[in-house]
Amino acid sequence: MGISVEGASKRFGDFQALNDVSIEVPNGSLTALLGPSGSGKSTLLRAIAGLETLDGGRVLIDDEDVSKKPVQKREVGFVFQHYAAFKHMTVFENVAFGLKIRKWDKTKISARVHELLRLVQLDGLAGRYPSQLSGGQRQRMALARALAVEPQVLLLDEPFGALDAKVRKDLRTWLRRLHDEMHVTTIFVTHDQEEAMDVAGQLVVMNEGRVEQSGSADDLYDHPANEFVMSFVGEVNRLGDGFVRPHDMDVVLDPDERTEEAMVQRIVALGFEIRVEFVLADGSEVWAQLTRTELQKLELRQGQIVYLRPGTTKSFSGDSSSNGDGASTPRDPQGGGDAEVSAAA
Amino acid sequence: MSGTATSRWGLRVLGLGYVLLLLLLPLGLIFFKTFEHGIAAPLDAITSPDGLNALKLTLLMVAIAVPLNTVFGIGCALLLVRHKWWANPFIDAIINLPFAISPVVIGLSLFLLYGTTGWLEPALAEAGIKVLFSVPGMVLASVFVSLPFVVRETVPVLQEIGTEQEQAASTLGANAWQTFWRITLPAIRWGVAYGVVLTTARVLGEFGAVSVVSGSISGQTQTLPLFVEKQYQNFNLPGAFGASVLLALLALTTLLAMNLLKRKEDA
Repeated sequence: MGISVEGASKRFGDFQALNDVSIEVPNGSLTALLGPSGSGKSTLLRAIAGLETLDGGRVLIDDEDVSKKPVQKREVGFVFQHYAAFKHMTVFENVAFGLKIRKWDKTKISARVHELLRLVQLDGLAGRYPSQLSGGQRQRMALARALAVEPQVLLLDEPFGALDAKVRKDLRTWLRRLHDEMHVTTIFVTHDQEEAMDVAGQLVVMNEGRVEQSGSADDLYDHPANEFVMSFVGEVNRLGDGFVRPHDMDVVLDPDERTEEAMVQRIVALGFEIRVEFVLADGSEVWAQLTRTELQKLELRQGQIVYLRPGTTKSFSGDSSSNGDGASTPRDPQGGGDAEVSAAA
Repeated sequence: MSGTATSRWGLRVLGLGYVLLLLLLPLGLIFFKTFEHGIAAPLDAITSPDGLNALKLTLLMVAIAVPLNTVFGIGCALLLVRHKWWANPFIDAIINLPFAISPVVIGLSLFLLYGTTGWLEPALAEAGIKVLFSVPGMVLASVFVSLPFVVRETVPVLQEIGTEQEQAASTLGANAWQTFWRITLPAIRWGVAYGVVLTTARVLGEFGAVSVVSGSISGQTQTLPLFVEKQYQNFNLPGAFGASVLLALLALTTLLAMNLLKRKEDA
C-alpha cells in the first residue's frame, strides 16, 4: 500500500505548518520524515492518518484518495510519542481494543493478542496496567495495539523520543527487524538524523513546512540538494561559499595552491575518532575529523600552524530553502559515494 | 529536627482542633440530642405521614436533578475543554452563577418567572402546568442550585487526560460514541463521581431556593430540610433532630458508596 501526498498545505493561525508538500512513499518501504521541530513533519504524518485535516492538497493510500475519509475508516496504525496508552485497561485490553471495535469473537481476539504480545516480547505482562510498565514496554505495547488491526500503513510519530538512549537504540534495531518481517508500509517521524539513517531506507528531509529533499541516506549525504540538507544530514564546515564534510579535510604541513592556512585551536579525542578544531586566517572556525593514526603521524599541537586541503567542496546557488518539490536528487559530478559515509554518519 | 517535629505536631493539633470545633462538635451534638431520650420520638416524627412525604420528595429531587445535571455537566465540560469557541470563557463564568448567588435570590428569580405575575405564567396556566408551590418548581430550584458541581469536577480531569488516548482510539477504528464510552468516560469517571456526590449532597440539603418556590406546605411540598425547620419552629425538637440525622445519613451514604467503589477498583 503506497502512500502519496500531493500539494498538502496546512495553516495553524499565523503558522504555515505545511506549504505545498508532496511525497511518494513506495509500498512496503520504511520511510523517515526527518526535520527540526516546527518543520511540519508531525503535521504531515497526522494528516496522512486523518488526525489533521488539510487546508489544501490530498492524501492517497493505495491510489485511493482518502482526504475526506475520517480517521477511524483509514485503517492506519498510529504510534504516539507519549504512547497514548489506555490507562484504565490492561496490556491485553489495550492490544485487543481495535479488535473489539471490529467485533471479533473472544477466542479469535485472545489468539491474535497473544500472538502480537509474543512478537513485541510482552507475553508475560498481558495482565499488567500501563502504569506498571517501563517506557520501552509501553511503546512496544502501543505498537502491538496498532498492528493488531492489520493496518494498511503504520505511522510512528517520534516513537522513541521519550525513551533513554540505550532503550532507543534497542527499539530502533527491533523496529527495523519487525519491518523486515512484516513489510507493512511504514513512515516514522524523527528529528534525529542518525536514527533516521539507521532505521529507514528512504528519508524525506523537511524544513519550514516544505520538503527539502528525499532519497536514500547515501543520496542525501553525498548529494545534498541544498545547504540545509547538507548541514542537517551529517556534520559540515563552511569554507567561504562552499561546504565540506569534516572527514573530507586533509591536514598537511606544507602549503600548496589548494591549501589554506589554519591554526590548531583544540584537539578532542573521542576514542578512535579525533576532532581537531582550527581557526582560519579570516577568523572563521572549522574542524576536521581524523583518525588516531593520522593524528600521530602529523604530531599536531595546540597553536601550531598547519594547512588544510578540503576535498569535495559543495556550493549551493540561491536560497537554501527554495527547493520545494524535493522529488529529485541533483547529482553532483564531483561527488562519489564512498565507504566512509556510514562510518561518519 | 525537633523544631520541625514540634511545628508538625502544632499544625496537626491546630488542624484537628479546627475541624473538631467547627464540624464534628455541632454534628455530634445533633446525633447525641436525637437519641438522648430514646429512639421512639425521632422515629415517630420521621415515620409520620408528613415526615415520610418529605423523605419521598427529597429522594425525588435527587432522582431527577442528579441525572439531569450529570448528563448536562459531562456534555458541558466536553464542549468547554474539547471545542474551542470564543464564548467559552463566558459560558464558564455563567456556570458558576449558582455558586455566587444566594439560594434565596435564585428562589425569588424563579418566582418572578413562574409566579402569578411572571412572564411565563399565562402560557403555563393555559397548558395547565403548575410550577410554583408544586414539584416542578422545586425540581427547577434543585437543578439550578446544584448545576455547577459536575462541570467543575469534570473540566480539570478532562484537561489532564488530554486528547491522545481519544485520538489513538479513533485510529483503531472507534467512532466518536465508542471513544466516549470506552475511553473518555472511564478516564474521567472519578471526577464525574465526585461531582455526582457533591450534587447529591447539595440537592439533599437545599433549603433556601426550594423554600421560596415550594411554599413549604406540610405533607405536600415539604422536603426534608423544610420539614426539619417546621419541626423546629413547632418546638418538636426530637422530630427536627431525627430528620436532621436522616439527612446527614443520606449524604454520608453517597460519600461512603463512592469511596467503597473506588477502593474496590484500586484493590
